[in-house]
Amino acid sequence: MKILVVDDETDVRTLFEQRFRREIRSGQFSFSFAYSGEDALAYLHDHASEVVLILSDINMPGMSGLELLKQIKQQYNAPPPMPPQVMMITAYGDDDSYQQAMQLGANDFLTKPVDFAALKEKLTLLASHEN
Amino acid sequence: MSVNTTIFFTIPVAMLIVRSMRRFFDLPARLPRLNHALNWIWAPGVALYVIALLLQWKTDQLDEIYLLLVFGVVLVVLLRLQNYRPARTVLLAMVPYVLYSAIELELELTGGAFLKEYDDAFDTSQGFALIWLFTFILIARNQKKQLEKERIQREEEEKAKRLIEAQNAELERLVTERTASLTQQAEELREALTELRITQTQLIQSEKMASLGELTAGIAHEIQNPLNFVTNFSDVSAELIEELEEERLRPDRDPELEAELLVDLKQNLQKITHHGQRAASIVRGMLEHSRASTGERQPVDLNVLADEYLRLAYHGLRAKDKTFNATLNTDFDPKLGTVQAISQDLGRVLLNLFTNAFYAVQKKKERCPEGYTPTVSVRTLHLPDGDVEVRVRDNGTGIPEAVQKKIFQPFFTTKPTGEGTGLGLSLSYDIITKGHNGTLTVETQEGEGTEFIITLPQTDGAEAPKD
Repeated sequence: MKILVVDDETDVRTLFEQRFRREIRSGQFSFSFAYSGEDALAYLHDHASEVVLILSDINMPGMSGLELLKQIKQQYNAPPPMPPQVMMITAYGDDDSYQQAMQLGANDFLTKPVDFAALKEKLTLLASHEN
Repeated sequence: MSVNTTIFFTIPVAMLIVRSMRRFFDLPARLPRLNHALNWIWAPGVALYVIALLLQWKTDQLDEIYLLLVFGVVLVVLLRLQNYRPARTVLLAMVPYVLYSAIELELELTGGAFLKEYDDAFDTSQGFALIWLFTFILIARNQKKQLEKERIQREEEEKAKRLIEAQNAELERLVTERTASLTQQAEELREALTELRITQTQLIQSEKMASLGELTAGIAHEIQNPLNFVTNFSDVSAELIEELEEERLRPDRDPELEAELLVDLKQNLQKITHHGQRAASIVRGMLEHSRASTGERQPVDLNVLADEYLRLAYHGLRAKDKTFNATLNTDFDPKLGTVQAISQDLGRVLLNLFTNAFYAVQKKKERCPEGYTPTVSVRTLHLPDGDVEVRVRDNGTGIPEAVQKKIFQPFFTTKPTGEGTGLGLSLSYDIITKGHNGTLTVETQEGEGTEFIITLPQTDGAEAPKD
């Protein structure tokens, strides 16, 4: 299962690669990284059908996570075979952001610091559904 | 009736003369002692009479003698008064008549023959002497009146002078009074100025604190991120160690995997250090920002400072308005080097410019949300002449021309009451121009955006740009 992580903090890559090292090694998950909303859209443009899940930070310079979510939902609403799932992650766990994310069609909403154990469970569940 | 008794008619005449003299010359005031003595004018008359009686001297000239004596007294008095012009005139008036009387008396006493012979001439002389006498007495009267007039005039002048002097004194008093009150006012103003200066210092401090308040949320966000990394990396490192231990217990150990794990561990520890330092530097920055400026110059890397405050300002605003988003563009000149500057002061200037820039793009976004990308850019440049330039640009609302001249004035703000102190830009201007001998200028177009340009001179202690 291919997952695209979008965050302006570059160290997120190292972190995810280590957190999911076993899953990556076993080929259960594969991660790609984008460091801005714009990067993420460009990546999706080239790899639309591969990405199953997008994990995006909300607070980023330039295009925000919510804007990205909106764009994804508009552009990839019904691509074959299935639209990608989008999970939002934010440091500001406020109700406004949550409501807005849900309204824009986010599939989930996580707050920082990310509970990787819980995230792993969610991803595993999702992967099993896919298979 | 005895011949001698005619003297008793002359005595009242003498007293009359004395009286008129007293009145005319104001003797009691001018010659008080002589005036007193004149009370005894009758005495010589009486004495003459008594002497004549005793000597059995019968003559009809006794009153003439007495009169001459009285004239003599009058002349003495007039001589004493010779400084007084009418007195001199009267003196002149009397001289011929007295001379005439004296000669006549002399001739009478020595025998009347000569007198009778020249009777006509004597009569004429007496007439002339009398006319002379009365004419000059009239002149003397006029002179006296004239003098009196002059005296009154002088007195009036004196009075006027005194009045003017009194008025002058009053004026002088008023001036003194005014001066005193002015001095007091000046003193009060000086006190007010001192108080204002103190208030200004307090305001500057509170402006600092207000901007710190704006920063708090940004700082919290900025600290949260590195802290998350520290937690996550130490967490994942524990997992890596666990895996490493498991690997070592296995009979078929994979040395490659073990090496990879070790490399990762080392890398993680470096990441932990890095993010720990990142958080520490943010806290340090916050402390520096709130601390009163030490005024100490140190080498400052404007690229680092600008980047740090750009993020702080951005996250500060985001914390207030979650929906707000902006594109941040940075263009840092790698050859910038350092400048000798007061870092926390420059930080405040940058924070202020960034906050304003974000405010401007936020306002524009509120007005026309569609198709507008709020953008704030910062650019540093090492100028050919050695100066250093920092440009903070936004594509926000711009500044109307009418307002442009006022933006650096203290307490001028376009923000609603309570949102801005109106001190940000004026303080920034002072910090750049007075504190660092630089310039702070603005280029703006209403509706299009604004660019603030800081130019700082390359100071002596600054490092040469590295190539």
